[in-house]
Amino acid sequence: MSILLDKVSIRAGDFGVDGLTMDISTGSYAVLMGRTGCGKTTLIETLCGLRPLAGGRIVLCGTDVSELRPADRGIGYVPQDGALFPTMTVHDQIAFPLRIRKLAPDAIESRVSELSSLLGLSKLLDRLPAGLSGGERQRTALGRALSFHPRVLLLDEPLSALDDETREEVHGVLSDINRHTSVTTLHITHNRADTEALADVVHILSPSGIDPSDP
Amino acid sequence: MTTAPHRARADTAFLAALFVFLGLYVALIVAMLVADASFTSPADLWEAIRSDEIQSAAVLSLVTATLSAILSVWFAVPIGYVMTRFSFRGRALLDAVLDIPIVLPPMVIGLSLLILFSTPIGRAIESVVPITYQKPSIVLAQFAVACAFAVRTMIVTFQQIDVRHEHVALTVGCSRGQAFRHVVLPQVRRGMLSAFLLAWARALGEFGPILVFSGAMRMRTEVLPTTVFLELSVGRIDAAVAVSLLMVAAALIVLWIGRSFGLGRIGQ
Repeated sequence: MSILLDKVSIRAGDFGVDGLTMDISTGSYAVLMGRTGCGKTTLIETLCGLRPLAGGRIVLCGTDVSELRPADRGIGYVPQDGALFPTMTVHDQIAFPLRIRKLAPDAIESRVSELSSLLGLSKLLDRLPAGLSGGERQRTALGRALSFHPRVLLLDEPLSALDDETREEVHGVLSDINRHTSVTTLHITHNRADTEALADVVHILSPSGIDPSDP
Repeated sequence: MTTAPHRARADTAFLAALFVFLGLYVALIVAMLVADASFTSPADLWEAIRSDEIQSAAVLSLVTATLSAILSVWFAVPIGYVMTRFSFRGRALLDAVLDIPIVLPPMVIGLSLLILFSTPIGRAIESVVPITYQKPSIVLAQFAVACAFAVRTMIVTFQQIDVRHEHVALTVGCSRGQAFRHVVLPQVRRGMLSAFLLAWARALGEFGPILVFSGAMRMRTEVLPTTVFLELSVGRIDAAVAVSLLMVAAALIVLWIGRSFGLGRIGQ
């Protein structure tokens, strides 16, 4: 199984949830829904290793990553509004994870051009984030998250800041990514339209745990 | 009952009062500078600048203030990062300690340094590098105060940087150090320049601690504020004003550099 949460407990200040169990099969697009304040972002940050795990196990593609540093988990993380690096061009954002891994310049360039054409960013490679629209930012953030062939893709409300038209455009991009790369995706949202457009499987996060739901 | 014309009059009076305070303070600043400038003539100024003492003091001031400002930024960047990104026991106390040099009377800082370097540890350091009453004491005295201002600037700067950039950097494969170097540092360059300019201006004007800890030996530990003090104490007001104008010029250049890099107010 590609994303496995086994009795996961998370804590953030006064907030806490125990016994979160979820199983997402390889290549599928899973949507986790929950109300604002139910701990969606806290859960994503815990999966990424940005917060300590209070209990349980996280297994990604058969590897127990519970104790691994964020850098070693192989997670492509797209936070709300993208959180692009303000000083880097679109090209450098996508290349950055590969430069950190010290890949050869040729390999980096070919990956950047492959992803930028998949994401429709080829004409924007020299732009800084300040010169991008909301949809372009999210596509750049997706490129950065996908460049290093992550085990899984984690999306934290990636469409919440977008208008309806742009939202549909990015829906298309997300479907394409899932089709082309078969990367297992966990998309967290409170928006029904995202769920209907994208989900293979739907789970609901509530104070009592995670439950499967009909897509 | 409040009527519309009544409210309009009250607003006018309120705005007028605001501008009166602004105008009075700006008038005071400008009047001080104009008074300095009109007190001396270009010939006097040239005469003063040509003197060996003042030239040596000016060079020493520029060199020490620059060294102090570089050191201040070097320390302020890691200190500011720790104080904004990590929570630990005693953090609030540490935050208060970092403000001590800002609130302490400058003379007390000089005296404290003098006493510190007469303790066994201080004397051990002195036996390797002579500090008290020597040129290094000037840099140390300037740094002790200027660094606190640089730290404040860097803390404000790091607070404005979204921590999620570092989070993303960690997930895409960075170590904490790489995230700091490649993602955080490029975003704080302006803050570092601002911290440098503020520290430099503080260091250039530092007088109390230097007088106590470095002495006021002509041509040896004499910096420009010391010159003003020495010239005044022997009644040579012309020379004191000329040196003051040099420092005013340096301060204005710092302001101009800051503004031309779009920093807004120095220290923010």
